[in-house]
Amino acid sequence: MTDKTTDRTPAAARLGREITTPLGRGIKGLSDRAVAWIFIAPTIFLLLAVNIFPLIWTIRLSLTNYRANRTNAEVDWVGLRNYERILTDPDIWNSMQATAHFLVWTLSLQVLIGFSLAYLINKKFKGNDLWTTIIVLPMMLSPAVVGNFWTFLYQPQIGLFNYVVGFLSGVDPSSFSMIGDVALAPWAIVIVDTWMWTPFVMLICLAGLRSIPDSIYEAAECDRASAWRQFWTITLPMALPFLMLAVLFRGIENFKMFDLVVQLTGGGPGSVTELTSINLKREAFEKWRTGYASAYGVILFVTVFGLASIYVKALNKVKER
Amino acid sequence: MISFLDGLGRLRRGPWELVATVLIALGVVMMMQPFLLAAYTWSFLVTLTGTVMFIVVSHFPEDPRG
Repeated sequence: MTDKTTDRTPAAARLGREITTPLGRGIKGLSDRAVAWIFIAPTIFLLLAVNIFPLIWTIRLSLTNYRANRTNAEVDWVGLRNYERILTDPDIWNSMQATAHFLVWTLSLQVLIGFSLAYLINKKFKGNDLWTTIIVLPMMLSPAVVGNFWTFLYQPQIGLFNYVVGFLSGVDPSSFSMIGDVALAPWAIVIVDTWMWTPFVMLICLAGLRSIPDSIYEAAECDRASAWRQFWTITLPMALPFLMLAVLFRGIENFKMFDLVVQLTGGGPGSVTELTSINLKREAFEKWRTGYASAYGVILFVTVFGLASIYVKALNKVKER
Repeated sequence: MISFLDGLGRLRRGPWELVATVLIALGVVMMMQPFLLAAYTWSFLVTLTGTVMFIVVSHFPEDPRG
């Protein structure tokens, strides 16, 4: 009989032997490397299935005239014709310009206001925490909700925004429509996005400002450095990596901005606020030109990927300093 | 300038990354500018060249002289 009672080795010795044995050999004779592969295999599989395979499939579709609403129709290989059409289409070019306008202004305003707010909130004063909570409220809301209620704020007759602008400038509030006017609509989406996402930039900048040790400022005080000089030589350089990180996050997010703008203007009036993501959605799911939309997606992907690459490199250089 | 060209010739990461970065930035500006349709047409090719170049040259060795 070879049951457990025959093993006379002390329990502590048995335990010690098990602990000192490499983990892999304990699992049916597998090596450590094999065990490591077993653990990371689900992640690799998910990455391949969710990221890499769709990317390769999209590139393949972009070279065909495939339509997702006609799955039985014959699919022809069209080569680079989809790319050629996109890159000579003035409507898509206009979309790119609308996106550029949106990106440049939202990023500039959010960085400027976000950093200023973080700088103020970082000062010790009564009610500091309460103000931080109030300021970060907009980013906690759903973009669909924000888009919806800003359409009411922008109403020429009853909208609070028009009333405030009218009160401050003396202009008749019902004489202009932020959403309906071709010249004002691009600014309407910039204002709403800035209102919603400035708190995000502020929070990241606040983390950067709070990571600066007080001793550096004390040393600067001893050297009789002015507040202005302290800001330019200590505060700004040390908070710069955080600021750049915020710009990276917001830049990528705003490049694919969709929900807020659709809810607010629907891309109109005309196509003046039709950002690339809205245009892409129209091509893919309204006109059902799947191959064409895939080529469009690949172009946007390469652009964002290229920009993100040089940005991450710049960020690493700033961190190394 | 000479050290930059020397780095390009000896396939060093720094100068080649700079070339790739300039190409990407140029491609994005060409894509989003409102003045010339021809520039928009060629923008993707420029961006793609820069991006692929960036991926490749980031595996080049650093210049030991710094």
